[in-house]
Amino acid sequence: MSSTTYPSVRAAAAPRVRSAHAEASRSGIWVGICTITMSFMAFISALYVRQGASADWVHIVLPRILYFNTLALLVSSATLEMSRRALPATPEIDGSAVRRGLGWLTVTLALGLFFVAGQYEAWRQLAAQGLYLATNANSSFYYVLTAMHGLHLLAGIGALLFVISRLVVAGNRFRRSTFEATAIYWHFMGVLWLYLLLVLRTKL
Amino acid sequence: MQEASAQPAHVHAPPEGFLRKNVFSLDHKVIGKQYYALGLLAVCMGMGLSWLMRFHLVWPTTRIPGLELLSKVGAPGGIITPEYYLSLLTMHGTLMVFFVLTNAPFAAFGNYFLPIQIGAEDMAFPRFNMMSFWTTFVAFLVLVLAFVIPDGPPISGWTSYAPLSAVGQDAGPGMGWGMNLWGISIAIFCIGSLLGALNFIATTLDLRAKGMTLMRMPICTWAWFITSCIALLAFAVLLPACILLILDRTAGTSFFIPSGLVVSDRLQPHSGGSPLLWQHLFWFFGHPEVYIAILPSMGIVSHILINSMRKPLLSARVIIYSMMSIGFLSWMVWGHHMFVSGMNPFSSLLFSFPTLTITIPATIMTMIWLGSLYGANIRITSASLFALGFISMFVSGGVSGFFLAQPSIDIVLHATYFVVGHFHMVMGVASIFGVFAGTYFWYGKMTGRMMNEKLGQLHFWLTFIGTYCIFMPFHYLGLVGNIRRYSAFVNDFTGPLMPLHKFITIAALCTGAAQFIFIFNLIYSHFKGKPASENPWEGTTLEWSIPSPPPWNNFGDKHPIVYHDPYQYGVKGSKGDYIMQDSPEPSAG
Repeated sequence: MSSTTYPSVRAAAAPRVRSAHAEASRSGIWVGICTITMSFMAFISALYVRQGASADWVHIVLPRILYFNTLALLVSSATLEMSRRALPATPEIDGSAVRRGLGWLTVTLALGLFFVAGQYEAWRQLAAQGLYLATNANSSFYYVLTAMHGLHLLAGIGALLFVISRLVVAGNRFRRSTFEATAIYWHFMGVLWLYLLLVLRTKL
Repeated sequence: MQEASAQPAHVHAPPEGFLRKNVFSLDHKVIGKQYYALGLLAVCMGMGLSWLMRFHLVWPTTRIPGLELLSKVGAPGGIITPEYYLSLLTMHGTLMVFFVLTNAPFAAFGNYFLPIQIGAEDMAFPRFNMMSFWTTFVAFLVLVLAFVIPDGPPISGWTSYAPLSAVGQDAGPGMGWGMNLWGISIAIFCIGSLLGALNFIATTLDLRAKGMTLMRMPICTWAWFITSCIALLAFAVLLPACILLILDRTAGTSFFIPSGLVVSDRLQPHSGGSPLLWQHLFWFFGHPEVYIAILPSMGIVSHILINSMRKPLLSARVIIYSMMSIGFLSWMVWGHHMFVSGMNPFSSLLFSFPTLTITIPATIMTMIWLGSLYGANIRITSASLFALGFISMFVSGGVSGFFLAQPSIDIVLHATYFVVGHFHMVMGVASIFGVFAGTYFWYGKMTGRMMNEKLGQLHFWLTFIGTYCIFMPFHYLGLVGNIRRYSAFVNDFTGPLMPLHKFITIAALCTGAAQFIFIFNLIYSHFKGKPASENPWEGTTLEWSIPSPPPWNNFGDKHPIVYHDPYQYGVKGSKGDYIMQDSPEPSAG
């Protein structure tokens, strides 16, 4: 897709060297995304069944800060892409590229942490309104879905930290496939969050 | 992804030190054996529990010496209480379904042989692989912990139906911490299985040797691959279900508990939940789970039958497509477990139709096995006998599925021994027969020594006849109306059935005892068995091209190249009537 949109960028990149292991990490991350998607489908199906099961469903008003969090997560995907562009797919990477890549990665990490802090703040705001996990069915699902997404996102932050540490320590010999897998996962976390926000916000 | 390429250096270094070699090993072969050992431990426990249950059913007032040591409350004076009977039943089901039927044919043999059969050095993610075993092991420990806590194991059955599974201690003994442990154990088990399935899929897609196209993979590799695709989605649904259940139990939420529910004279402090929601989530996992149990055995059995018949199946391709359609259809049939749940009767019709449709690929497979056997000069070994026994069990157990798939008949048969007989034969015993066949077939490769054939064949006949004696009469009991899960029967209409129950119990005790022959054979052959050659069964697939047992990196420093379809039997090769997959000589076809 991107090869047709940005031919110059692709042409500039060196020919890709792919080992079976790099392929496996790519399929692995996509297979992982399938299973995570399935889990969230189960949660969301449960949400709709539970909503229809009895008349006690009370729609909660989502805290405003969620929209800032969403923005931060979307921007973090963009900064991660910037970092990916900065680090060419060659085995040997020069120092300045590593510095640029690291810079954008750090911004991505900061935005990710901002998102997590913001989600925590949203919980506090709900709690201040007296809405806890067991208050009503909608608040139960709100806490469950955001907590599960948060846990998965923390795994993404762990992966980012790992990639950063490898770049700092190993510099030009870091494993590109790990970085690629992390990037795919991170973007997926953003898409998943958009979907969850839509589900939580929609009043059926 | 299609272009399988030669692998880089080594996936991991040769293992050093006792722990790395035997305990926290990254080697898929050691992990496969660990799964097998865990399955063996779980099956011994599960079988012991079924002995206790069968004994109690027919001699409810006879003391079982020493049983009070297991639980003072559950078996005072060595006599099982009705509640403790249910605890044993729950643990029997949970151990067998999760830790035996999921672990042994899929995780154990799959781990050991999938990478070898596709010509890989190890799994794609060896560390994940190690984690998935140890996660499963922790799940096992958490589950077994329920035996020793004062609360005892839960009484909910392996399906843990809400709302009673969700309300806590009020629902009876074992429904407090016992039930919590069950939920936590299964949630952990899900994580282990998901990691395992992910590894299987990535390995199959990306680590195939040169020339190993997808259609050149042996049937059992295909079965493990399809099974891991099912497991990847099925356990992804059970995990959220367990999380919601645990929250209902511990955090006061109301996902599964309806308003105004009174249990043990106490109004439950929950409102608005849907008990049916649990059943939907559970069976959405639960039905695919039975295919997770049976598909690997189908693959193993096909693999062994072809080798024993010395000719290919009528169509290996159709077997693979049938397994795929079973995997696909398995997602549309979960409601057939819920015909009497109060679900809309119209939904019952919708679930009945795909359920009956599943019989089509299942029948096609059976026909291919039988058609290929017709006129074949089969080599009778313990492995091939168990493979034939598998077909017998699968057909006998499968036929009763036709009855249960129809709502009008299921209403009568639901929760009777008919259902128990059905699933024990078609998914329990059949799958275990696949494991036995696999064990006799691959033991030489795994340990370097062959199992004793005479003991193996004796074990087969006793087990084969024994399981028919146990489970065939179950169907009759169910047709008469004998309800399951009762711990004892009074002298009503079930009175005349007691002699049959006694017969079943004696058959169960004898068949169980016959399994000691197998365990003895496993241990004895490990030390005293005949040394296994590289290719004792004259097989064609890649596992027979390497030493028995294989070195830590499977193929040494070679990268195998595959030239043929997996089953070149009945042809003129340089070694006999077969050509190995990695042999460059031209094939007849």
